[in-house]
Amino acid sequence: MSEAATENLKRTPLYACHVKMGGKLVGFAGYEMPVQFEGVMPEHIWTRTQAGLFDVSHMGPCFLTLEAGIGGGEAAHAEIAALIEQLVPSDITSLKPGQARLTVLLNEDGGILDDLIITRPLGDEAQGTLYIVVNGAMKEQDWGLFETALAGKAVLTRADDRILFALQGPKAVDVMADFFPGCEDLKFMHHMPFEMNGQRCIVSRCGYTGEDGFEVLIPAEAGLPLIEEMYTDERVKPIGLGARDSLRLEAGLCLYGHDLAPDISPIEADLAWVIQKRRREAGDFPGAARILRELKDGPARKRVGIRPLERAPAREGTEIQLDGEIIGVITSGGFGPTYDAPVAMGYVAADHAAPGTKIDLIVRGKARPAEVAALPFVPQNYKR
Amino acid sequence: MTTYYTKDHEWVRVEGDTGTVGITAYAAGQLGDVVYVELPETGAKIAKGADFAVVESVKAASDVYAPISGSILEANTALSDAPEKVNEAAESDAWFVRIQIADKGELDGLMDETAYTAYCEGL
Repeated sequence: MSEAATENLKRTPLYACHVKMGGKLVGFAGYEMPVQFEGVMPEHIWTRTQAGLFDVSHMGPCFLTLEAGIGGGEAAHAEIAALIEQLVPSDITSLKPGQARLTVLLNEDGGILDDLIITRPLGDEAQGTLYIVVNGAMKEQDWGLFETALAGKAVLTRADDRILFALQGPKAVDVMADFFPGCEDLKFMHHMPFEMNGQRCIVSRCGYTGEDGFEVLIPAEAGLPLIEEMYTDERVKPIGLGARDSLRLEAGLCLYGHDLAPDISPIEADLAWVIQKRRREAGDFPGAARILRELKDGPARKRVGIRPLERAPAREGTEIQLDGEIIGVITSGGFGPTYDAPVAMGYVAADHAAPGTKIDLIVRGKARPAEVAALPFVPQNYKR
Repeated sequence: MTTYYTKDHEWVRVEGDTGTVGITAYAAGQLGDVVYVELPETGAKIAKGADFAVVESVKAASDVYAPISGSILEANTALSDAPEKVNEAAESDAWFVRIQIADKGELDGLMDETAYTAYCEGL
């Protein structure tokens, strides 16, 4: 996490709410964001057992809409999907109305410039637009790439002045159903539009904790009273960035700028599943030559889970050795409160990527035993 | 028996020529839940102001600095199995090391409890 001085930092619409709830604020992705409220450990456990509310308004929600406007049905969807498919290797055309997909923005070498979620709207009358959420720290870069790819055929509308929040955990669905009746029937990676306090909002069943949950994009004036009311529910507590990080790490999910970077391909990152069959066959995305070669022959290095066998956590940047040879590096590491042990992920030479492989982690100059582990560390509880 | 404090939030309790060293309750509160403590081995030499131990929370690892120079007589091995003790009893049971003090003159300039409390209130 990049922390910076608090001057020149932006604030989300929920800033005052974080202060009121006792949040400890730090600079993150250019925003003043809560790193913790009650504490990372209790917030992590709360999210795994109750419902945790995360402000993710610093991220980059946006809409891409055909210049001709929406309402063109299937043909309009195909047209907008083709524009964004220039930048990503996923099949956006075949998304069903209401469905969302995780994908990656690629550079010409097949390296990852960001990870993002692309959602196709419901209803014939709404086709010709896509709802996209990119990472906060990468949004200016990503939106520049979108503008270039759209080439005037479609318009980018930023939506990062709104509230984007996530409610995550086993109790999230019951809480959400009180406010957005019908959302309980959504399946993972599907969304529906709602009207709340007179404003249009988008409720998606997704998240980044490994738990069942939702993300809601809502204009600030409608979202503030909604969140105030949610906080009166005893099942809901505010959760900071610290627990967001430990939750996603236990769930085996990548953090851009750490586990994903411009020199890492989606195959190395073990994200081959974001590239659907039609795109593999067509090979029509940036860096296709490298990516198709890695799909066929296997990548040189692979992202894996890593389990330190002693109690010392191994942090980002820790060298991984096997018989004294460097075979990789840790890209995310810490302590897993639910797993109740240190957890990490990183990249190792593909020959040593099998779960159970014994390795050494060089922490403070000393080799510590560890092993390659299957991800996730805790079971994912998505509503399939 | 007098306890001295540093601006980096370590304490040392002096009895004769030996000192017991730990981090303060204030420091433990700032760190949050402690999940791991790494301590030096018996016999190791530590130097005033240099890091001699590491305390890790869920989020980050933090160095602990020696309030005074000396050699390690004993490390509190109970913390390896129960690092959470640092949050529960930072200034008693969760002491880090006992040391043979090299130069008691180094205690000059450390804070007493009253001064340290005032220092924390100003943070």
